[in-house]
Amino acid sequence: MPNKGQKLYDKDKVIAGLVIFVILATFPFWFNLGKAASAPELELTEKAKAAEKCVRDTQYMRDEHMQLLDEWRDTVVRDAKRIYVNERNVGYDMSLSNTCLDCHSNKAEFCDRCHDYTSVNPYCWDCHIDNPKEAK
Amino acid sequence: MLELAIKGSKKYYGWLAVVLGVIGAGFVTYLWQYFAGLGITGLSRDVSWGFYIAQLTFLVGVAAAAVMVVLPYYLHDYKAFGRITILAEFLAIPSVLMCLLFVLVDLGQPMRMLNVIFYPSPNSVLFWDMIVLNGYLLLNLLIGWNVLEAERQGIHYPNWVKPLIYISIPWAVSIHTVTAFLYAGLPGRGFWLTAIMAPRFLSSAFAAGPSLLILLCLLIRRISNFDPGREQIQSLAKIVTYAIILNVFFFLCEVFTVFYSQIPEHMDHFKYLFVGFNGHGALIPWMWTAMGLMLFAILMLVIPSVRRNEATLAIACIAIFIGTWIDKGLGLISAGFIPNPLHEVTEYIPTVPEIIITLGVYGIGALVLTLLYKMAISIKEDASA
Amino acid sequence: MMEKSRRRFLKIAGISALGLGAKPVLDVFASSEEDVVVEAPVQEGAPHVTETEAHHAATEPRIMRSPNAKVAPQWAMVIDTRKIQSHSDVEPMIEACHKIHNVPHMPDKKHEIKWIWETEFKHAFPNLASEYMAKRVEHLGLPVLCNHCENPPCVRVCPTKATFKNSQGIVMMDYHRCIGCRFCMAACPYGARSFNFFDPKPHIEEENKKFPTRMRGVVEKCNFCAERLAVGQKPACVEASNGIMAFGNLHDPNSEVREIIHSNYTIRRKQNLGTRPAVYYII
Repeated sequence: MPNKGQKLYDKDKVIAGLVIFVILATFPFWFNLGKAASAPELELTEKAKAAEKCVRDTQYMRDEHMQLLDEWRDTVVRDAKRIYVNERNVGYDMSLSNTCLDCHSNKAEFCDRCHDYTSVNPYCWDCHIDNPKEAK
Repeated sequence: MLELAIKGSKKYYGWLAVVLGVIGAGFVTYLWQYFAGLGITGLSRDVSWGFYIAQLTFLVGVAAAAVMVVLPYYLHDYKAFGRITILAEFLAIPSVLMCLLFVLVDLGQPMRMLNVIFYPSPNSVLFWDMIVLNGYLLLNLLIGWNVLEAERQGIHYPNWVKPLIYISIPWAVSIHTVTAFLYAGLPGRGFWLTAIMAPRFLSSAFAAGPSLLILLCLLIRRISNFDPGREQIQSLAKIVTYAIILNVFFFLCEVFTVFYSQIPEHMDHFKYLFVGFNGHGALIPWMWTAMGLMLFAILMLVIPSVRRNEATLAIACIAIFIGTWIDKGLGLISAGFIPNPLHEVTEYIPTVPEIIITLGVYGIGALVLTLLYKMAISIKEDASA
Repeated sequence: MMEKSRRRFLKIAGISALGLGAKPVLDVFASSEEDVVVEAPVQEGAPHVTETEAHHAATEPRIMRSPNAKVAPQWAMVIDTRKIQSHSDVEPMIEACHKIHNVPHMPDKKHEIKWIWETEFKHAFPNLASEYMAKRVEHLGLPVLCNHCENPPCVRVCPTKATFKNSQGIVMMDYHRCIGCRFCMAACPYGARSFNFFDPKPHIEEENKKFPTRMRGVVEKCNFCAERLAVGQKPACVEASNGIMAFGNLHDPNSEVREIIHSNYTIRRKQNLGTRPAVYYII
């Protein structure tokens, strides 16, 4: 039971410790204050522009392309189904290299810019070779 | 209680520094392996498990020391072992911890380790091995800690610990059995495909674990004011004697079945280990040494006067520990892969980085063991003072 | 996590369909593969995206098989070794497979990666090899590969279901999920599995950009060309085999492979282990 009249031992040390902790814990916030980088502009290739419509609408792709890709890779590998039919009844081959990167062949300007900005580091390209068009 | 572990003599700190140095070297080498790949080990397409998995197999056995002390004390009310149960339980903790670390350093994609939990696969023995190893670690932590804490305060340990103690006894058997089943259920590996694998694991465990415990008891008596007790050590010695005899007997049963039946898939692995197969036999001297050490130890231990003399007992224990280590930590795993399923031979020798990483893991085990024993012994010293 | 997101997708699809009444639910599932005219991504070239005559103006997104896909409950292969004269008959099969699947040539034999390779009878069938045997067979190079067993031990031991038997009877590898424990390599009685001890990419001579590579630390093996079957093609080795290999549905009594198995004496590797391999050999 905590005693109401209990004395705080080593008061100075405790308070100094707390101050140091608070400073350290909030360091990233005040250190980066006012230094926020502006959101990157994405570039579309001619092919992507010509296609006009992606697999799903732009907002959905922006927000949830990772979930979509996650679902694709699982379905292709595990369920042996490879065609994705969107709400417009258009079918796509569920392939990062052969479908997504076919239009968005500019990985550096399209994928990386945002990934760098949000400092995520997806390892998709460790295996799925980017930009199938460029070779050959 | 932890504060007891960090107060000690200069020698104590010196030992901790040495152990930390070994861990550091192991860790740095592991980083190399992590970024370069398992190719820096001696493993190959044909011998796909080696030193790491073999250490796991051996250390599962060392963890068994606990049950050989806990069982007589709690089930047979053999009071003398009350003095050393904590030592046995605290030996099990770093042993199991090392087992888990050896699985970790053996993984090609350690970052995905949790997939074993995300996609639980009850038909995989590895899934069960993960459960029994983690469970045994937790059981021993809870039991050891609470019993020691109670002893420190001079009270009886809480009642909820008792059922855990009873559970820990069959659980100890399960860690060997499940680990043996990793190997014993594989259709294409004649060397491991034998029902006596689990009994062999148990017998070698009950020899190696208590042997190490005897050695640790002798060491503790020398370097601290706590004496684990002569009677305790002698009782352990009898357990070791029976276990090592059983271990060699089980091995000979296997040798009979394999060689009398003359089935090549089972026989060729033994040939590789002991006489060489198609001109390959890197482990021949090691295996004969192991057999020699185990037989030598049996001869010593069955003579009562030799067993009662603690100096000669220590020699026998060292022989058993090394012998069973070679048998399980060197021979058992790689020989299962030699010859391979296509009857070709690729030999396996661990590389230097592989050995450094292994030593690093042993270092972590030694560190945890030191800290735990320091705590336990400090409390024991106070209690007896 | 992956499984979950898929399930969630199906759940959401189901719930939102239910919200529209019972009929659309049926429609979603009734919309058979013929409803959507998908020009499947066959052969070379860009993905084919085709607007369809929309039977349903707007539907929930769904996932299906290409109408051209070859399907079977258990694929099987028959290798007629009588047609093999020399090494040059087997080489093209290996070449075709390893090229399209980005199988690297590792410099150290210990780290070798192979999906299909050539070996002598005594290695392929160690329990059948005799001291005295037909001269032609004795030193003949036979192609060996994953047997896509009906009762695969590798699948049994995998602690993450990273290797599994798919709906086509193919023993698949999910490289996204493999933790590299190599239990499957210990379990496989045919040595069909390879491990990426190092990053394989620097050792791929000519990358096939259409097929992914692997990363270090995962186990890989033959996939019976699941990616080709999905678009209606035969496995690459079968295509390159010049009639040595036949491929088909094991459960269809009228399939080509069943015809061959019926009219010839075939053997399978280590049948006695109960793994039920799906690769048959005519010697």
